[in-house]
Amino acid sequence: MQLEYFLLLAAALFCIGIYGLIISRNAVRVLMSIELMLNAVNLNLVGFSNYLDPGNIKGQVFTVFVITVAAAEAAVGLAIVLAIYRNRNTIDMEQFNLLKW
Amino acid sequence: MNLAEGVQIVSFGILAAMMIGTALGVVLLPNIVHSAFLLAGVFVSISGLYILLNADFVAAAQILVYVGAVNVLILFAIMLVNKQENFAKLPGRLIRKVSTAVVCFGLFALLGTMVLVTPWSLDTTSPAVINTVVSLGEHFFSDYLLPFELASVLLLMAMVGAIILARRDLIPESVARQETVTTSLTLPERPRELATLSGNEQQD
Repeated sequence: MQLEYFLLLAAALFCIGIYGLIISRNAVRVLMSIELMLNAVNLNLVGFSNYLDPGNIKGQVFTVFVITVAAAEAAVGLAIVLAIYRNRNTIDMEQFNLLKW
Repeated sequence: MNLAEGVQIVSFGILAAMMIGTALGVVLLPNIVHSAFLLAGVFVSISGLYILLNADFVAAAQILVYVGAVNVLILFAIMLVNKQENFAKLPGRLIRKVSTAVVCFGLFALLGTMVLVTPWSLDTTSPAVINTVVSLGEHFFSDYLLPFELASVLLLMAMVGAIILARRDLIPESVARQETVTTSLTLPERPRELATLSGNEQQD
């Protein structure tokens, strides 16, 4: 098993997340794409921690922090989506132009 | 190649194929409920990859937090927001999709060449940590104590913020309802004004 396999896998997952983030028009799907990107970062961190720093696993510590921040981000993001849906009665990303020039 | 390496490679292949397939399903499927369930597949397969990387505590935390909390939260949000709406057609959407795909492929090619070209300084001398939970706990309570406490404060702030953002403003509705109940006996005209007032307030 090589480190490069895991890094390539994480890069593929990150690119899929970016594609979904830009393409999707449903606001909930945008949040799901952000979760994919955060998971790609976590996979990178755990891979580095296993292959480059096996004696004192600091990458896993950072992974736990990223998981914490991702959980907080998901909660706040979904609350924002609910608030926008209640005000605008739509979840189309193209119609969320309150702060758009 | 002994048996352990073969098992590792085969399970890595299965998990990688599962992860890429379900991630593509999350992004590309038209029905959002299906993509929410496939997101759980992504999280579970990433947890399996963590186990392959000797990170057992992080794998358990991944399943607990992501599949148990985040995915259920996303499903609840989909159920609250789920309106079958046909998005209006936009001009030039195909160009946007194609250009985004090209940019993502370019980014993947860039990252891939970077990964393959870089000479990683692999550490094969130091012994691996046997008990990762003990090691993680030592890190959390010695050199990463301040980020650990800040993470707890961040979770508290996120919880309060989510409650404030998602709270339906109950006060105008309850006032209006009480007014209709009480005034329906005496004044039949007032509830209409109250309803329009509260409606205007809700629209703002």
